[in-house]
Amino acid sequence: MENVTNQIFELQYAIDTFYFLVMGALVMWMAAGFSMLEAGLVRAKNTTEILTKNVLLFAIASTAYMVVGYDIMYGGGIFLDGIAGGDTLTADALAASAEAGFDGGSVYSSASDFFFQVVFVATAMSIVSGAVAERMKLWAFAAFAVVMTAFIYPMEGAWTWGGSDVFGLYNLGDIGFLDFAGSGIVHMAGAAAALAGVILLGARKGKYGPNGEIRPIQGANLPMATLGTFILWMGWFGFNGGSVLKLGDMASANAVAMVFLNTNAAAAGGVIAALVVAKMMFGKADLTMILNGALAGLVAITAGPDTPTPLMATMIGAVGGVIVVFSIVTLDKMKIDDPVGAISVHGVVGLWGLLAVPLTNTDATFMAQLIGAATIFVWVFGASFITWYVIKMVMGIRVTEEEEYEGVDLSECGMEAYPEFTSNTK
Amino acid sequence: MKQVVAIIKPFKLDDVRESLSEIGIQGLTVSEVKGFGRQKGHTELYRGAEYVVDFLPKLKLDIAIDDDLVDQVIEAITKGANTGKIGDGKIFVYPLEQVVRIRTGETGSEAL
Repeated sequence: MENVTNQIFELQYAIDTFYFLVMGALVMWMAAGFSMLEAGLVRAKNTTEILTKNVLLFAIASTAYMVVGYDIMYGGGIFLDGIAGGDTLTADALAASAEAGFDGGSVYSSASDFFFQVVFVATAMSIVSGAVAERMKLWAFAAFAVVMTAFIYPMEGAWTWGGSDVFGLYNLGDIGFLDFAGSGIVHMAGAAAALAGVILLGARKGKYGPNGEIRPIQGANLPMATLGTFILWMGWFGFNGGSVLKLGDMASANAVAMVFLNTNAAAAGGVIAALVVAKMMFGKADLTMILNGALAGLVAITAGPDTPTPLMATMIGAVGGVIVVFSIVTLDKMKIDDPVGAISVHGVVGLWGLLAVPLTNTDATFMAQLIGAATIFVWVFGASFITWYVIKMVMGIRVTEEEEYEGVDLSECGMEAYPEFTSNTK
Repeated sequence: MKQVVAIIKPFKLDDVRESLSEIGIQGLTVSEVKGFGRQKGHTELYRGAEYVVDFLPKLKLDIAIDDDLVDQVIEAITKGANTGKIGDGKIFVYPLEQVVRIRTGETGSEAL
């Protein structure tokens, strides 16, 4: 009998590990989504460089999180030397499964856990690249990516999903802070780092006129931006769905299905709401706002995709879609130049996502959500600001005016994205 | 001989070509141009920020004809390109000194 039980536990271990890996691969693909979205919303002369940043930051995140980030966040040893499990792997896993029970907490491969976590780090860092696009030095960005993925993100990750005390002062888990898949921990954190960078970096040349007028700088390739949004939408099923952490019993399978359903519903709500608001405010259907609306819906539902009804999930996403349009216009008025709207989509709407959790989840409170949001924001913004500032002092973070005019593709990468296209002046 | 130059709204090209064919015009040259007249530019919005489109896209037609066709051509272009709204364009008529058909070397009215 025990033998049969163990075999069921082994199967459950296998299916939960497999599920984790597939969901992680979906989240990895979000890197492609961010690349396409950002490449579409910058000017053609800055395309190669933004793509370079996106592929580079993914590699830096994977490496830095492996070296030390995962250890800070969850333990597991420098260079992951503690996750292999050794000779007693099977016995340990079976004992843990027996203790948890068939429908208890998930037991899965430690390596799959690292794989699933590392792609979230890369997502947080991807948010930064869009906001600082078209004017930041490639190497300054790379230096920041190392600090962000090795230290800044893992610290706040440890206080939340890792369960550690915040500098030994208080414990966010104990006060009841809930962030299912990371509206705050991943998205708002990325946006806070981006905001600190943008403040020190300044706006793109020509974005704001001498008398305070706001001049639009149009994205070069909206088909690419739309493709990127759809890729992110798809990857988000892994982001939220995988965060259930378990598939191998009926209750978990139902939870996963609900999370998929609600994630999709929220994105749809975000699109419709952003379209309506853009049409009312600007008179036309601004596609870039609609794309931001889809992402806002997704960010909004990420903190709690498991408890709302489908209608409620749609509403939460729709509110995100409304917020994002107003936030983008407001940030522009404050002369915070964010070419792709990342700070609004991930930061402002990420906060809304955290605050929406108590609406449908009786375990959550507004106070706990606010304390958690404040903790994440203050830490990530402060640590990022200091990091950006040091990089600025040491090597500078902004390209020269001439390089910016010529396009960072030539000055940083030495090649154009579309060398055979002729363009009219700018 | 005369050269007729017409600036028209791009979407009226097919109508103008049709009305010119009806009166037997054998050839014309079309160029994509930009400019403004009394219509001036207009404003658009990108992510909530306003920008001015100073120069509007238009089409320029070049037609070389005999003197006796001028009134008919003007009438045909006007008929094809008129929408009644501002920005319909203009027609200019110039004297044309010489025409040469490159293939045969014919000149003057023979070459039209």
